[in-house]
Amino acid sequence: MKFVDEFRDPRLIKQASDEIRRLVDPARHYRIMEVCGGHTHAIYRFALADLLPPNIELVHGPGCPVCVLPMGRIDEGLSLVERYQVIFTTFGDVMRVPGRHGSPLEHQARGAQIRMVYSPLDALKLAQEHPDRQVVFFAIGFETTAPSTALTVRRARELDIRNFSVFSNHVTIVPAVRAILDSPDMRLDAFIGPGHVSTVIGARPYGFIAQRYRKPVVIAGFEPLDLLQSIVMILRQLRDGRSEVENQYNRTVPWDGNMPALRALADVFELRPYFEWRGLGFISQSALKLRPGYAMWDAEARFDMPGIAVTDPKAAQCGEVLKGVLKPHQCKLFARECTPELPVGALMVSSEGACAAYFNYVHRRAGTAAS
Amino acid sequence: MSTLTLPGPPTFRDAQIDMAHGAGGKASRRLVEGLIVPHLMATAVGDTLNDAAFLSVGGAGLALTTDSFVVRPLRFPGGSIGDLAVNGTVNDLAVAGAAPLALLCSLIIEAGTPSEILKAEVAAMGAAADRAGVRIVGGDTKVVEHGKADGLYITTTGIGRVDSRATLSAGSVRPGDRILVTGCIGDHGITVLLARGDIDLAASLKSDTRSVYPFAEALIEAIGPDLRWMRDPTRGGLATTLNELARDCDLGITLEEETVPVRDEVRGACELLGLDPLHIANEGQLVAIVSAEASEKALAALRRVAGGESAAIVGRMEASPRRTVVAVASYGGTRVVDMLVGDPLPRIC
Repeated sequence: MKFVDEFRDPRLIKQASDEIRRLVDPARHYRIMEVCGGHTHAIYRFALADLLPPNIELVHGPGCPVCVLPMGRIDEGLSLVERYQVIFTTFGDVMRVPGRHGSPLEHQARGAQIRMVYSPLDALKLAQEHPDRQVVFFAIGFETTAPSTALTVRRARELDIRNFSVFSNHVTIVPAVRAILDSPDMRLDAFIGPGHVSTVIGARPYGFIAQRYRKPVVIAGFEPLDLLQSIVMILRQLRDGRSEVENQYNRTVPWDGNMPALRALADVFELRPYFEWRGLGFISQSALKLRPGYAMWDAEARFDMPGIAVTDPKAAQCGEVLKGVLKPHQCKLFARECTPELPVGALMVSSEGACAAYFNYVHRRAGTAAS
Repeated sequence: MSTLTLPGPPTFRDAQIDMAHGAGGKASRRLVEGLIVPHLMATAVGDTLNDAAFLSVGGAGLALTTDSFVVRPLRFPGGSIGDLAVNGTVNDLAVAGAAPLALLCSLIIEAGTPSEILKAEVAAMGAAADRAGVRIVGGDTKVVEHGKADGLYITTTGIGRVDSRATLSAGSVRPGDRILVTGCIGDHGITVLLARGDIDLAASLKSDTRSVYPFAEALIEAIGPDLRWMRDPTRGGLATTLNELARDCDLGITLEEETVPVRDEVRGACELLGLDPLHIANEGQLVAIVSAEASEKALAALRRVAGGESAAIVGRMEASPRRTVVAVASYGGTRVVDMLVGDPLPRIC
């Protein structure tokens, strides 16, 4: 992993950190949202707050697919196991997400047919090995993972595998960012644009943030140096009064995105009229469902899905944290009823969730010192 | 946590036993301390749980330990369940400061298991016992119905003679003491993860399964009472072991992240799967706490043992923040390293 080590070089990191201190206006408070959960995790994992001046506040955005998934979708997916005896497959990220009657991991321990897979193609392979069973892939993720789901569905059609279907929970990042920008309590100065999503969609779709909302956007990689450089670029834009989309992660992100992946997405998926985001509510045109031509592989078309709605516990303030209005530790349940081991809100489930990241890397340091 | 100033034994309220209770992290600890200890060991002396129990028979100090082995697949690069069953119990004795004397072994065999597989594992146990210099003096076999066990489960129980030169306890650990590891971490856990064949990743890795007794013996000989505490960081990895120590001795730990030896293949697999090498299981490493003055001597002693060439000093004990493990990166950032919650699950989306 020499490729990674260069982006963790102490000398270069010191330089970037010094440059940030030179660029900040001490009289000003900066609120910068990192949209992507991978960035949230990296910021805590690498303790980047230690390297930033106190008047730069990083606000954690909605880009953790597990965190924004309503609990009802998990329950609905798990109900297929009981009602139709399907084999339920999903990524490791989902295995610990609580439903009303436990997480997929807990259902598995009780004997339910639930398998963790590393790729939707593994779920398709499982369907080929069990021709007498229905295999459902619980698909989750932004444009990062949606192309692999699309290609798997196309492969199922090519091979005419009919005991495989996808329960799509894919969402798209741009409408969520727009919803945050339109929210009345929005007080953000700039955005660190998502890295992995942008390898697929490119930099172009963020243009409206810079043009209409006049906020700088810098797409960043996931190493300490990437994130610090992106903050340098943001501070330069703010100093110069510019608002542009810039690409710090150009070693991976092409400006126009990945065309074959985008074509596969457009072929297999269409936008839902609206979709519920946990903590943010219903956002129009923000999620993907399979096109009618692929109904044979669409779990929502093949099985009776009543649309389970589960209201989040009133005391949980996931929405405020997701919008950056509250810091994780300011939620009433944080570290009391809601911990990574027994999560109440979804932001505590995934290690990319703002609350879990804050709990693991910051809270325990402060909390244990006080005890 | 700030609300828990007096952390007594945790109460066990979970409705059922889940896989997380066996994964070696927080849930495992809750199960043992909240449900098992109150019933079976309520009168046990001392308040910390060790890898072995101590008995005194006719003036001789003996250490007694037992461990069960469940692994899928049974064989993986660098070892098999038979190797683990011998080395795991030998290592629990070694880190208790005892010279392993003898083992008993119980085999639970699934009907339908090919005899060749059983034969190979019994041979692996014999060879591992020879390498570790310990005798297997008895045992038991049970056969269960097909589908009731993953081929083979093994339980081994070991007895060892406590070395009177060693005075090991979490209570003797002091701020300023140094933390040593005997070699690269994470090899075993990543090897087994890849050997399951679920991920299309190829790496030339093998399990580190081995007896760590030669390391324990070398440390006792080299520095005697300056050796404070030892443990083999198996399930839950180095992070979990160090968190348990921090809790048991009511001190803090600073880990110099760059000094922890990790192979490029393990680091790469962890980066890809969103895992932390500090949480990955080891089966042939030892972590030792030694006084600051004796640390260089201890390191030299470890490096003289065959297979100890990459031993390193990776951190130190601190007076505060108590009960917390903090990793410091070379560029100055610090982060809290928690115990593992459940099994490490890869992050994909």
